[in-house]
Amino acid sequence: MENQFFVDSKRLSKEALEKKHRLETDPAARSDPMSYFPEMEVISSDVREKVLSAMKAYDPSRYTVKDVRRALEKERCGIEEFQALLSPAAGPLLEEMAQRAREETGKHFGNNVYLFTPLYLANYCENYCIYCGFNCYNDIKRLKLSPEEAEREMKVIADSGMEEILLLTGESRSMSDISYIGEACKTARKYFRMVGLEIYPVNTDEYRYLHECGADYVTVFQETYDLEKYEKMHLLGHKRVFPYRFDAQERALMAGMRGVAFSALLGLADFRKDALASALHVYFLQRKYPHAEFSLSCPRLRPIINNDKISPLDVHERQLLQILCAYRIFLPYVGITVSSRESANFRNGAVKIAATKISAGVSTGVGDHEKKYKGESSGKEGDEQFEISDGRSLENMYRDIEEEGLQPVLNDYLYV
Amino acid sequence: MDELILGGHSFSSRFILGSGKYSLHLIEAAVKDGGAQMVTLAVRRANTKEHENILDYIPKGVTLLPNTSGARNAEEAVRIARLAREIGCGEFVKIEIMRDSKYLLPDNFETIRATEILAKEGFVVLPYMYPDLNVARDLVNAGAAAVMPLAAPIGSNKGLATREFIQILIDEIDLPVIVDAGIGRPSQACEAMEMGAAAIMANTALATAGDLPMMASAFRQAIEAGRKAYLSGLGRVLSRGASASDPLTGFLRE
Repeated sequence: MENQFFVDSKRLSKEALEKKHRLETDPAARSDPMSYFPEMEVISSDVREKVLSAMKAYDPSRYTVKDVRRALEKERCGIEEFQALLSPAAGPLLEEMAQRAREETGKHFGNNVYLFTPLYLANYCENYCIYCGFNCYNDIKRLKLSPEEAEREMKVIADSGMEEILLLTGESRSMSDISYIGEACKTARKYFRMVGLEIYPVNTDEYRYLHECGADYVTVFQETYDLEKYEKMHLLGHKRVFPYRFDAQERALMAGMRGVAFSALLGLADFRKDALASALHVYFLQRKYPHAEFSLSCPRLRPIINNDKISPLDVHERQLLQILCAYRIFLPYVGITVSSRESANFRNGAVKIAATKISAGVSTGVGDHEKKYKGESSGKEGDEQFEISDGRSLENMYRDIEEEGLQPVLNDYLYV
Repeated sequence: MDELILGGHSFSSRFILGSGKYSLHLIEAAVKDGGAQMVTLAVRRANTKEHENILDYIPKGVTLLPNTSGARNAEEAVRIARLAREIGCGEFVKIEIMRDSKYLLPDNFETIRATEILAKEGFVVLPYMYPDLNVARDLVNAGAAAVMPLAAPIGSNKGLATREFIQILIDEIDLPVIVDAGIGRPSQACEAMEMGAAAIMANTALATAGDLPMMASAFRQAIEAGRKAYLSGLGRVLSRGASASDPLTGFLRE
């Protein structure tokens, strides 16, 4: 069964509804996803071509159990072995994969699990991405924190003991512009040891400015590397421009950011191909920027406000764990994040095998940390991007990780 | 007394313990059972607030060896070393400079530069390096207190992959040679000590063991055994069968 993404709000004007329906039904009404907007920087890079051609050539059904066994027996996992590990043939060997993944995780990270929390600064968005709760046609409460409100939220989070923060916004250059985000980074540096960003992709000079303001890590999700699917999911806005988004991490590294994070949103397209592309995106950029730090996330589709029917389709927990293990075996040195979209039970299991980073005390809404952490409401909160599944506080998360025999780490980062 | 001297400080233990990859509450037992007198820690890991600072878990009386992991060049390493001194980690510093996030191989050139700067500032500098004789000589001239060649890539537990080159450093360098990174089991530590290494540094080998304190104790014994074997002068090991007396020179008559 396919997801039914389209929902019409009663509050949309007749013109808006007409435009929305045209975008949804008529490909000719949509712009070319390969054409840059005038203000978008074009960099010269061969990484996209390498990743997309490998993805195109990948046929997961070609692999047998024998190939998977051979891949697991090899000491070094190359692209060919990784492709076998991602294939359906690897399904019955998941336990063996988990054993190998755990060994690799131990070698590179010991038993450390890093903790962080996201802070949504604003949920205004000018894109129409049909699966996302923030999309511009979705009828939700919109909010942008003032600098003072943002600082109050940061204080509440820092008081809980958290030392690493990920600042997020919806994709609206007009409502949350670069200098607004830059100021938020400066404030965040007062309260946290490490500041990461997950905002709309920007040009190199803008990443450089944000780096100077205190951001040192940039996360951009490509969502899907399948251009045909991408075009059908991202109907309007900056995000529609596929190559500009693809090159975002490289621009961030060119601008001096220490690290970058990647992900496909599993459930949008063929998850095996998307997992291959995400990992190769890291692999090829690492060869080009060997000093940089890299991490991967593996989010699955979740229900959103006004549409509780969205699901990750064929990506069940077993498939998700297979991807996590394959990532770990192919890229033993990269950080792997498992988001609060997944259940506490799954996350507890995943950190023992392959994941090295998890969020705690999470809200994907805007301005509601005070309410969630302290029970005090300002009466002014913006709606959430998606429903989370694991709502554990930092304190509970810390305790649970320790009980699993692992070492929670709040900071392992130094600005130099 | 057989002592390890580093920058004028003497140590009876030749086991340097890492602290970064296992539970904080196990550090004390590892130190005790391993007999370690020196523990390394990442400055970036100690850069934390009240909640469980790794520094609070390292027993008193143990010498701290802060490392500069996270540094990508000499300038960054120097800044991290100075921060270590500020937060009370003492005068020792292990220089780690990596420009590669995959294998974490040290950048020898930048390491020489950082060693020179920090030695002049009065630090006891222990540089982590790829075992290259020319670089080791430069490090000596730059003021290092020891050299720390890698046996194999960090975390790999592969043992003495660079055996021949470490042996050359041991033979040619007048400073202590401390084998760091890649030592995966006590027998490998023992072998390095037999070769004449001055000390062994290990972290992952312990962190990935089933019983960490017991493994620390095994390393202690292996390092002590290797040291004794080195000091006692290893006997000749025959490569094949027995040997006739003077097979080549037996013809000489006068």
